[in-house]
Amino acid sequence: MKRLLAALLVVMMLFTMTACGAKNNEDELKVGFIFLHDEQSTYDKNFIDAAIAACDKMGVTMVQKTQVPESNKCYDAAVELIETEGCDIIFADSFGHESFLIDAAKKYPDVEFCHATGTQAHTAGLKNFHNAFAHIYQGRFMAGVVAGMKLNEMIEAEKITADKAKMGYVGAFTFAEVMSGYTSFYLGAKSVCPSVTMDVKFTGSWYDEQKEKEAAQALIAGGCVLISQHADSMGAPTACETAGVPNVSYNGSTAAACPETFLISSRINWVPYFEYMIGQVQKGEAIDADWAGTLENGAVALTELGKNVAEGTDKKLEEVEKGLKDGTINVFDTANFTVGGKKLDSYKADVDTDAAFEKDTEVITNGIFEESKYRSAPYFDAEIDGITLLDRNYG
Amino acid sequence: MSQKSKKHHEPFIHIVKRDELAPAKAWGIRIGAIVLGVLLIGLISSILTGEGFFEVYEIMFRGVFGRLFEGKTNMLWKFLQDTAILLCLGLAVAPAFKMKFWNCGAEGQALIGGLAGMFCMIQFGGKLPEFFLVPLVIAVSIIAGAIWGVIPAIFKAKWNTNETLFTLMMNYMATQLIAYYVYIVGGGSNVINPVSTGALPVIGNLQYLTNILIVALLTVAVYVYLKYSKQGYEIAVVGESQNTARYIGINVKKVVLRTMMLSGAICGVAGMLLVAGTDHSINTNTVGGQGFTAIMVAWLGKFNPAIMTLMAGLIIFLRTGAAKVADLNFLNSSFADISVGVVILLLVGCEFFIQYSVRLRHGKKGV
Repeated sequence: MKRLLAALLVVMMLFTMTACGAKNNEDELKVGFIFLHDEQSTYDKNFIDAAIAACDKMGVTMVQKTQVPESNKCYDAAVELIETEGCDIIFADSFGHESFLIDAAKKYPDVEFCHATGTQAHTAGLKNFHNAFAHIYQGRFMAGVVAGMKLNEMIEAEKITADKAKMGYVGAFTFAEVMSGYTSFYLGAKSVCPSVTMDVKFTGSWYDEQKEKEAAQALIAGGCVLISQHADSMGAPTACETAGVPNVSYNGSTAAACPETFLISSRINWVPYFEYMIGQVQKGEAIDADWAGTLENGAVALTELGKNVAEGTDKKLEEVEKGLKDGTINVFDTANFTVGGKKLDSYKADVDTDAAFEKDTEVITNGIFEESKYRSAPYFDAEIDGITLLDRNYG
Repeated sequence: MSQKSKKHHEPFIHIVKRDELAPAKAWGIRIGAIVLGVLLIGLISSILTGEGFFEVYEIMFRGVFGRLFEGKTNMLWKFLQDTAILLCLGLAVAPAFKMKFWNCGAEGQALIGGLAGMFCMIQFGGKLPEFFLVPLVIAVSIIAGAIWGVIPAIFKAKWNTNETLFTLMMNYMATQLIAYYVYIVGGGSNVINPVSTGALPVIGNLQYLTNILIVALLTVAVYVYLKYSKQGYEIAVVGESQNTARYIGINVKKVVLRTMMLSGAICGVAGMLLVAGTDHSINTNTVGGQGFTAIMVAWLGKFNPAIMTLMAGLIIFLRTGAAKVADLNFLNSSFADISVGVVILLLVGCEFFIQYSVRLRHGKKGV
């Protein structure tokens, strides 16, 4: 008993002794990252890899906190990163972190707070709180072109008839970020394969491997000959590989696990934003309230093409990329889609965050639906003809 | 008999049931298990990360208490807050487990309590004066938790349903109800923006102090209730033997219903503290699985609130500290759970040595 007590005391003493020795280099810029999950999720992995790359390049220290839920724990995480680690910039990667990050931003006016996918920076009135997103619809559109080319190849090979060119899409939730994504993907495919239609199923979760797999299987059973997804697990790609159905992936290449069916993947490359964010602080300049990544600044990125894409895909893709960059192609050109059989002339979107989801801003000018212009996060949520929602899931 | 056994080949080790071990000695073994577990975590971390053995503890301490010695107390408050919430859930399940009613539904009961509170905060915010709304939020949360807790007890009393499965099922129902509510209020974005109306008052500048004080009072109350009240005694008797309880005239069904109502009500308090006290918002992850960890707190603490407080603190310390080690070294975040698991496993395993002694062939002394 005495020996145990002595051992315990020794351990406790060691605790206190070593705790005093905490060292910290005050001069170096430190960036704290708050992640919803960890590298097991393709969504967070995309951020984590970019953070490591950007911090390495800019010569700053990266500190991370993983598995931070969308609650007051996010505030706690920010406090910890600032007070314990001495971070000068805090970045959080999930939509629901936003309000709690704003609380922290109010408490620490000298620290810069950046948040991906959020919507409140342009109305929060805080100098040190910023949102960022990317015009990922451009990437989705290009991935859609790859899908359309593949459908055309199937039609030419008489594997399917033109009216059977139906794609399937596994989405997480029925809201703007996902809707904008699948619509641009569909429009990309439609731009090369006019007869294409699409079925959409929602899982109600950003990460649920089993549900995503089952949704993909149900879509394939329902006659879909090509699958894409906006959810974060390997569920849909592996279901496609098993069934031999081509897949357009998201967040990164799945070619290693699905070599036969992988076509292409679009993703947001966060390195340009992280470099911008760190660079502005190093220069002592202000960070924009809303930053939108594009094809030009490298934030909208596409992976390499899979080995089974249709012939000529690479050439077509170059052409489309050029068109998107110089503005000759507009993804949400209202001439290219109808809603309820009619062309859209006017559309009010819910741009400013409020409890009533008021549709507050006109977003169509000169026949173009201007996605991500009035804030960085997407707001396209019209249900266009040609896309069938098999179910809805609002979470 | 003794002659016969001598002829047998004597095994190298004997496992012999102990007489009741003196409490001090039993706790000695348990503390030994904790120390061993903490040392093991240090060793594993050190091997995995390449940090020095003692540096691991330094990082853990920094992860939990921050720069406390430089006068920065925010992390200490966060530690106390996390401990308070886990302890509150532990206090909720303790009476039920002591009665051998396996309440695995603390998670759902707390979520429903929080949901009811959130509903009032959103629905009546700005319409009712704060001095009326805040007590309403508290009361409604507690009642909702109590109802969610008593439902499985009613089914158990009437139709003898299995309470473990029933309470687990109720968790899923609570989660789905919240998912639906979040959709109604938050729309497709899946997030309810924080609401400040009906929130618990903040004492001074210390945003977690209210929660911590409430749980401190609750800890004393549950201690007194279990140890000194007639009802607490009834719980103990029903837990030991239902037949004995019936024989001495205790209405077992009544005790079960009453205790589960209490258990659910305290879970409702935990949900209320999370929603009205800290988050001011709710989602399916608000309780974050702590309703299950709380079972370990109650069990390891032998249903004694004083020991449970230490156990809750220990679990939070290990989890936050190990998460820090993992984050700084880019280890997988499961490392924190594994670390807590190592200590809990040793703690549960050491009960074997409290119940039994291991004797070597010739030695007479137990180990």
